Amino acid sequence: MSQLFSKKDKEALFTPIGKNNPVTVQVLGICSALAVTSKLEPAIVMGLSVTIITAFSNLVISFIRKTIPNRIRIIVQLVVVAALVTVVSEVLKAFAYDVSVQLSVYVGLIITNCILMGRLEAYAMSNGPWPSFLDGIGNGLGYAKILIIVAFFRELLGSGTLLGFKVVPDSFYAAGYANNGLMLMPPMALIILACLIWYQRAKHKDLQEK
Amino acid sequence: MDSHTLSLFVRSIFVDNMIFAFFLGMCSYLAVSKNVKTAIGLGIAVTFVLVVTLPVNYLLQIYVLDPLGIGYLSFILFIAVIAAITQLVEMVVERFSPSLYASLGIFLPLIAVNCAIMGASLFMQQRIGLGDSDPKAITGIADAISYALGSGIGWMLSIVGLAAIREKMAYSNVPAPLRGLGITFITVGLMAMAFMCFSGLKI
Repeated sequence: MSQLFSKKDKEALFTPIGKNNPVTVQVLGICSALAVTSKLEPAIVMGLSVTIITAFSNLVISFIRKTIPNRIRIIVQLVVVAALVTVVSEVLKAFAYDVSVQLSVYVGLIITNCILMGRLEAYAMSNGPWPSFLDGIGNGLGYAKILIIVAFFRELLGSGTLLGFKVVPDSFYAAGYANNGLMLMPPMALIILACLIWYQRAKHKDLQEK
Repeated sequence: MDSHTLSLFVRSIFVDNMIFAFFLGMCSYLAVSKNVKTAIGLGIAVTFVLVVTLPVNYLLQIYVLDPLGIGYLSFILFIAVIAAITQLVEMVVERFSPSLYASLGIFLPLIAVNCAIMGASLFMQQRIGLGDSDPKAITGIADAISYALGSGIGWMLSIVGLAAIREKMAYSNVPAPLRGLGITFITVGLMAMAFMCFSGLKI
């Protein structure tokens, strides 16, 4: 194992999941992080799709990084990403049609997800294929983690279910508990994410802004 | 201009606002909203790119993708059109208004990866299939232009509004962990709640 994962590789894989999270610290890929999180299931699918696409686009770009002319690199990157997104979108349509309907345009919008372009520019253009691949997986999982946390709270408090199964017992409703419909609305996604950032920055003082 | 086209325009500014209803274009929205003047410049640039790309993508969808049955290539085609037009806009701005070019800096080329632009094209693709009676349907090139213009103005409205609030907020005493990003998210959340009251609007 020690040859497969050097120290730098481990760093590439694990720091984005924890301390250098792409969503809450680098502020990348906010759009879809908020829009698909009203239920847990689409959030998980979205997180996995982004992880796969980030990992493979990092890998491909890292392989051809020395042959891409600098002036047109953005277009080359976009075409590679768009091709991968097309594949994932077709696979989702074939095997998980309901989820792909729920995700609607946000699958296509993975192309313009800033995490992808950000990682390609910042990491894959200057590192070898294997660390780039791990960096992609790490950032994708970091993104998925935030999506799942936000979706967990929104689905639990908004509709009383998790992954479609009822978890809030009937006795709660009988005692006067009500689902908070506002949780399913767009504004609450922003506020839950703000609370996550608040928690993370209260824990890691060096992330605080002046 | 018939009433459907006009209602599409008003709806896309207030009800289907790109930022508050769909969170599209968040990255540059958060990054460039520190100062009202730059926010207005970026808003105009985004609106312009939207108004040019959306009709082009509409025509491509109707006359190329649909007749040939290659709808699955739409992602690649749309992003290529957007990237090419952004490049063109960049060259035009650099040639005719170097001062605006300097103030927008890196964000001008980044419009290509602004989700609001790609998102509008993908929403347009979904809305072509809707029936004529649906208020969201896009039935012709005029509708596509009015949708693009409305979305752009809606995006600009929200970025200028946030920039104005953030300029004032610089003087207030925010808890340290919330400073910067955290309080901005809460502000956007409250603005989105305010915009939710438009969702009952019948136009």
